[in-house]
Amino acid sequence: MLDVGRVREDFPILRQEVHGRRLVYLDNAATTQKPRQVIEALVRYYETSNANIHRGIHTLAARATEQYEGARARVARFIGAGGPDEVVFTRNATEAINLVARAWGDAFVGEGDEVVLTLMEHHSNIVPWQLLARRKGAVLRYAGVTPDGRLDLDEIRRLIGPRTRLVAATQMSNVLGTINPVSDIAEMAHSTGALLLVDGAQGVPHLGVDVSRLGADFLAFSAHKMLGPTGVGVLWARRELLEAMPPFLGGGDMIAVVRPEGSTWAELPHKFEAGTPNIADVIAFGEAVAYLEGLGMANVRRHEEELTALALERLARVPGVRVFGPASAAERGGVVSFAMESAHPHDVATIADGYGVAIRAGHHCAQLLMRALGVPATSRASFSVYNGPDDIEALVEALEGVNRVFGEGHGRAAVR
Amino acid sequence: MGEPPFDDLYRELILDHYRRPRNRGPLPAPTVQAEGVNPVCGDEIHLDLEVADGVVRDVGFWGQGCSISQSSASMLTERVKGRRLEEAEEVAGKVRSMLVEGAPPDRTLGDLEALEGVAKLPVRVKCALLAWNVLLEALRQARAAAQEERHG
Repeated sequence: MLDVGRVREDFPILRQEVHGRRLVYLDNAATTQKPRQVIEALVRYYETSNANIHRGIHTLAARATEQYEGARARVARFIGAGGPDEVVFTRNATEAINLVARAWGDAFVGEGDEVVLTLMEHHSNIVPWQLLARRKGAVLRYAGVTPDGRLDLDEIRRLIGPRTRLVAATQMSNVLGTINPVSDIAEMAHSTGALLLVDGAQGVPHLGVDVSRLGADFLAFSAHKMLGPTGVGVLWARRELLEAMPPFLGGGDMIAVVRPEGSTWAELPHKFEAGTPNIADVIAFGEAVAYLEGLGMANVRRHEEELTALALERLARVPGVRVFGPASAAERGGVVSFAMESAHPHDVATIADGYGVAIRAGHHCAQLLMRALGVPATSRASFSVYNGPDDIEALVEALEGVNRVFGEGHGRAAVR
Repeated sequence: MGEPPFDDLYRELILDHYRRPRNRGPLPAPTVQAEGVNPVCGDEIHLDLEVADGVVRDVGFWGQGCSISQSSASMLTERVKGRRLEEAEEVAGKVRSMLVEGAPPDRTLGDLEALEGVAKLPVRVKCALLAWNVLLEALRQARAAAQEERHG
């Protein structure tokens, strides 16, 4: 395991109490906390380098541009991209997926064409395709989930056909933690000439990724779920795809020449970055990536896998707790969704908060999956590099508290 | 470490209504029906009223959700059954101001006072409010129907 004590020293927010107890932050699938290296990078940028980037002649503009493009190069290396020009900065993973649905989808998806999705997707990897389908008369097909929370690969294989233009699937479920066999899905998609978009919002921060071997054509992820600031997302795509795609948003920075009758577009990746980008947060995101590289993604993964195994084992011993998703920690990232017999997820989260334990309750922006699981909502604990076994114990203590308040075998069961 | 205090939110009365909801289930012959969903959390309340001569003769609710939303609905049904429409609306107004504005509970609220603790937890206020918003919609329908009868 990572040296959690040392890691925690880097995260100022964790040095606080909530309701008189040590803050135990287990809502990392929603957003992670930020190390001081990232926070300091933000302050340093505004105190020493702030200027608008690109085309600037003066010293600050050159410095800001160098730092911004330096962050892009670091992100490109981190994911194994063919070069920095394959990395487009957006507001978040959602915007990255919308960019593909708009720019690529509007150009290359026609009436009757099909997009294959999974019931495990976050709304951000469903709704943009629903909008595209409505605009273009395309058809959406959804692959289901097995009872133990795995993707139904046979169904995906059946659904992919000659009309399939795109398969869009998550690398790792934000609810079940399930790690999907992305390379296998890529092979299925490519066998009929379809492309694969991977939602890496959960996978990239916790499993790492190497797009040179992943087999995906598009990859979307968010900085704020990997120790970076909010307001920055990444779209990676193969260079020839980005070149073939028309722009997404129009404005400054994305053009080469503007004439009254029309304009030509800037080189990659600037063609897709209209207007002044989120310079400070991108630079700070570079520091977050450096922090993860310092820990080593293999170590991060091992650490979170061990924590997940411990959580699965400890939660199984709390009366009335039912955990969703694969039974083995090797097949899942550090996300554990569960239901309690005695109480509704919102009550579980409220009581856990009283113990200083931050967990999430609800549909986790995955209503299709909730319906497939047959529950309106779940409680979810999710881990990061600063979580240790003591956090799992705090969660267990909180869940035992839930059982005390609600009394086992009562509550929800009696209401339904 | 001691037990964190939940007494204020999860009062016995709330837990009791959650475990043994009153007036649960649809009515055989409702005059008005209303429903509401909290899109953020998926809580769901359906409410049937049987209204005659400006009085709520019978009331039934069903739905799903957390202890706060379901017990609030259960307490609501007990409180408005047999009341005139104006009285029911007045109670809804008082519960709203207790939950939303943090007004001290009116003594006429009786058991509903148990919901007072929710007002201190802004993220849970919407859970308690859901049933009352559904009631206000049902009352609006009941009044509209009565007016139509008078004019029609």
